[in-house]
Formats: sequence, C-alpha cells, structure tokens
Amino acid sequence: MMDPVLEVKALGKAFRDYGSELKRFASWFGARVTPKAEHWVIRDISFAVGRGEAIGIVGQNGAGKSTLLKLITRTLMPTEGSVSVNGRIAAILELGMGFSPDLTGRQNVYHAAGLMGFTREQIDRAMPEIEAFAEIGAYFDEYVRTYSSGMQMRVAFSVATAFRPDILIVDEALSVGDSYFQHKCFKRIKEFRERGTSLMIVSHDSGAIQSLCDRAILLQAGRILKDGDPVEVMDAYNALIAERENSTMKVERLEGGQLQTTSGTLEAVVASIRLYSEHGDPVEYIDVGQPVELRVEVKVNADIPRLVFGYLIKDRLGQSIFGTNTHHTKQVVEDARTGQAVRYVASFPMNLGPGTYSISTALVSTDTHLVDNYEWRDLALIFTVANHSHPHFVGNAWIPPHIDVTT
Amino acid sequence: MSELLRSAWRYRHFILSSVKNDLKARFARSRLGAAWMVLQPLAQVAIYSLVLSRVMGAKLPGVTNQYAYSIYLMAGMLAWSLFVEVVQRSLTLFVDNGNLMKKIFFPRICLPFIAVGTALVSNLLLFAATVAIFAIVGHFPTSALAWLPLLVAVNVAFSLGLGLLLGVINVFVRDVGQVMAVVLQLWFWITPIVYMPSILPHGFGRIIELNPLYYIVSGFQDVMLFNRTPDIVALGWTALGSLVLLALAFMMFRKAAPEMVDVL
Repeated sequence: MMDPVLEVKALGKAFRDYGSELKRFASWFGARVTPKAEHWVIRDISFAVGRGEAIGIVGQNGAGKSTLLKLITRTLMPTEGSVSVNGRIAAILELGMGFSPDLTGRQNVYHAAGLMGFTREQIDRAMPEIEAFAEIGAYFDEYVRTYSSGMQMRVAFSVATAFRPDILIVDEALSVGDSYFQHKCFKRIKEFRERGTSLMIVSHDSGAIQSLCDRAILLQAGRILKDGDPVEVMDAYNALIAERENSTMKVERLEGGQLQTTSGTLEAVVASIRLYSEHGDPVEYIDVGQPVELRVEVKVNADIPRLVFGYLIKDRLGQSIFGTNTHHTKQVVEDARTGQAVRYVASFPMNLGPGTYSISTALVSTDTHLVDNYEWRDLALIFTVANHSHPHFVGNAWIPPHIDVTT
Repeated sequence: MSELLRSAWRYRHFILSSVKNDLKARFARSRLGAAWMVLQPLAQVAIYSLVLSRVMGAKLPGVTNQYAYSIYLMAGMLAWSLFVEVVQRSLTLFVDNGNLMKKIFFPRICLPFIAVGTALVSNLLLFAATVAIFAIVGHFPTSALAWLPLLVAVNVAFSLGLGLLLGVINVFVRDVGQVMAVVLQLWFWITPIVYMPSILPHGFGRIIELNPLYYIVSGFQDVMLFNRTPDIVALGWTALGSLVLLALAFMMFRKAAPEMVDVL
C-alpha cells in the first residue's frame, strides 16, 4: 500500500481495575502500580487503510468493533500500539450527539461543526450547502425540540458530512430517515469515495458490506480472525455466528479458487446438490428463463425432531437474490431418524440476468440458523446464467416486459 | 501545558458558542430568562438582609449608609456566587459530559473553559445588578473598584483549580461530588459573608485565616463597600497559592484524560 491514510499497529486496549482508586492516582504521578485486574478488549490489531479504500468491520456483539472505532476516532486512548491517521476523520456514529433541543437547527449546526473543530468562517461558508442538503425547509430555523427524529437525523448527517473527510466511519446500516434521504446519503458517501475518501463501515448487513467494501475485517474476541475479500469474510462471519458446541467450521478451496465455508453440528448434511433441466439432465450453464430443478439429497446423521432445509441464491458479489426454506413453505420434516435420507426438489424458472451465481444451503431446525445449525454451506453450488434466447438486458432479474411504442 | 492551551485556542469559537448556547439553553423556556441568573443570588441577599440586618447592622464600623449591611452582603455574595458556580460546574463537568466525550473527539480542555465562561457571564450580570442597587441606595463605589478584575481573576484561578482537581477525581470516585455538596455549605459559613470577622470569638479568627476564600471575599468587600485597597500581601499569597493549585489541577487533568473515558 503506497499511501495509507490510516495505520493501526499492534493496537491493544485494556480496561484496568486498580482495586483502589488511590493506586490509579499514584500511577499518574509515576508510581509503579500493578493493576488488580486487566481486561483486554482488543489486542494485536494491525491493519492499514489506503486512500479511497473501503473497509468493512464485522464481528459479533462484544467482539471489540466499537472499541476499535473509538480508538481510531481517538475518544479512547490505546493501552499499547498506535493509530496513525494521515488526514481528518469524520464519524457518522452517533448522529445528533451534542444537539441541544433548545437551540434551532442552524445554531446546532454551528455548535456541532464547532465541536468537529471548524472555525466560524468555515461553517459560514458551508452553511447554505448544509441547509440545502438537509431539505427540512423553514424548520431549519426552528427549535430542534420541535423536530421529528427523522428531521434531526437529516440535519445531523448534513453537518457530519459537510466537509469531505479523509476517512469516513459509518456505523450500522445507515438508518437515516426515509428511503429518499438514505439514497441521498449513500450517493454522498459514494461521491466522497470517488474523490478519495476512505470508508470504514461497521455493519451486520452482509449486503451493505459486500456492495460497498473492497475488503472486510472480521473481529472475534478482540482479535482479527480474518482480513480479506468481503465475500469470504462474510461467509466466515455467518459460519461464526452459527458456531455452537460440537460444531465444526471447515473452509475448502474450490476449483474456481473461491473458498467454500461449511459449518454446523453435522446432525444432517447435504450429501449432493445439483441443478437439472426440465428434461432431467444435469446443467451448469442455464439460459435466462429456463425452467430448472434444484435437487438436494440430505443425509441425517442423528435423530432430530425437526429438519428444515433452506437455500439462498447469491450473485457474484455475494448479495442475496432469492432465498427461502421449508419452514416458511410449511414443509418441515418432523422426527428425522438416523440414517434417513431426505430428498428436496425445488422447481423454478431461472428468472435471473446473465452472470455467475452461487447457492448456499442451510439445514436447521427453525426459520433461522441461530437456534440449531446442523449444516450451513456457502457456495454449495455455482452455476452460470447466460442469455441465449432473449433480447439484451442488464441486471440480476429477468422481468420480461411487453413494450408498446406509439409514434 | 502549552499544548493544552493551544488546542483550547484552536477551539475558541466552539468555546464561545458553547457559552452562549449554555446560557441560552438554561433559560430557554423561562419567562424571565437571563434575569434568573441575577434574581436567585439577590433573593438570597434579600432574605439574609431581612433576617440579620438588625443583629449585624450595628457592627459595621466606618460605614454610614443605612443599608451598609446589605451592601456588605452583596459584595460577599458576588465573590461567593462566582466561586460556588465554578466549583460546582467543574466538579460534575466530566461526568455530565461523559456521553459526549465517549462519542466525539474534541479537546477536553474546552469543557472547563466553557464552565468558567458561563460563570463569568452570569457573574458579570450579577455585578451589574449589584452596582445598580448600590446606586439606588446611594452607595457609589470609587476608584478602588479598579482592583475588581484582579480579584475576579484570583477567584477564578482558585475555584477552577479546586473544581478541576476535584472534578477529575470525581470521575473515578463519585463520592467526591456528594461530599462537596456538604463541604460547600459549611464553607459558606466559615467565610465572612453574612457576618463580619470582627464579631467572631478569638479562636475562630484563626480558622478563618486558613480559608483562602476569606482573602478573596474580603477583597471584594474592601473595594465595593469600604472603598479601600485590598490587603495586597494576603491577596498576593492567595493568588500564588491559587496558581499552584491550578497548575496541579491541569497536570492532574492531563494525566487523567486518557483514562477518563474508560470509566465514564
């Protein structure tokens, strides 16, 4: 990396319990005091972010994501290691923090931008743009206590992004008001990126991570478990949240070079999975709109009271295209016995746009894989859709139109 | 230390607008607004005057004005209210702003400056009201009033030093805040504000001489009521002590700042 905007080296943060606060005070004045207990929230974190790069941070609750972000934004001081930032950081973490209900929107903008370290003149210059972006009309000069929460968010986002930062930190699936404003926010974030702003996105939403990020980092118990391609990291993350006692996680490299992640307790496993044409021939290349059957054979390795099969079709970027399971279709297999084989056939027309897709499978007991995860397999099957018989179109979905042209 | 002051200077606009917003927010929805800043201490003065003027009135040597005792009270109260406001605000400064400090990075040194700024503005209003009332009762301060800015500076140095020191400790040991509520009440009574030091029995005089606030308050009384130069030597020592205390508080603040957010 030629020019990192952010470099985190061997970063660690410990919360210390001195037993007695007197010892803590003594430690400020040079006394050598050993804390009674040390609790490391994160440790040995090293990574760098290049200019214009977008990085996703994922991890379970308590994995240390917030602590990492606080160390990067300098609200917390590191216990060991260092964070060096080459530029200005803006964080959309707590929108509306520090807003006073008894001030008007405009006054709060001055206050919040001042808190970010901008001078009166800089704020004056940015003010028309902030007011225009928030789009709350005359309310801008009303007291914030009369605002709806959505309006407050609009003003807060406008201030937070009024000045293009070198690093923008976005927490959780940016839930800023209505969908119109959300699109506007994403547009601004994308513009920033094009102009060289690096992004750090913290989210549980694999869609957001995979569509926005070039790279993802998976944190687990305060350490980096995985740092790499977002699709692979999100697969590992999904496997991780399903991980339970006795459960295994296996990562295999497929012929195409992709990493297949399998996890679960293996009471039931997918023995075979394949796509067939309507004539019963196995296929890998499928024409747009062609009817197909997804045939899956499941082997039951232990008695289980309830077996649910689910599958999820994802595009090349890992975004979900379609998924369902037999819990939702009310086709649960009750009391599956050891050694039993269960066959599933899902028939559907391949109404997808041209491209490569993958299918993930799940064998679970309820509608999610978070209660019992017998087996979760990402990239269980990869297939390609090509357009042979229809006029050219773009996109993931095949929505055959009838177009009338009148002149 | 200079680094602290530099970052405060860089955030001067923020400090100024925060002081303004603080005052605005405090009285945003009250009818009398900023008048409350003056009315509360004046009401206290009125109560003490009413209750104690007969008892104390005769004991003010060298002042002929019939409202002498009220003037004496107001001069002391002006000093006391500045002291108590700065101490109380600094004491809970970091605890009150904990949420903000956890979420947003800004020089924390702004917070005490904002507290002092707010206290100074409200004290200035009280001063204006006091002088106006003095004029009404026919007492006109003289050139001795030129000492007042110095007295205010020493008062701020002392109260900020004490408040900041305790405010930092209060983040880690919250009992400090509770204890100080009681201590401040006691402190009010061991400072000659509602009474004259001359009425004290012999032994008590010594205790009062240990009270740094005594020199500050009597300075206020000297320049506002007695129209005379304050005791320069005593004031000098108090100023020196206050500056040492303030330096200690800043040092403590610098050491504590990295750990403060950990426990908030």
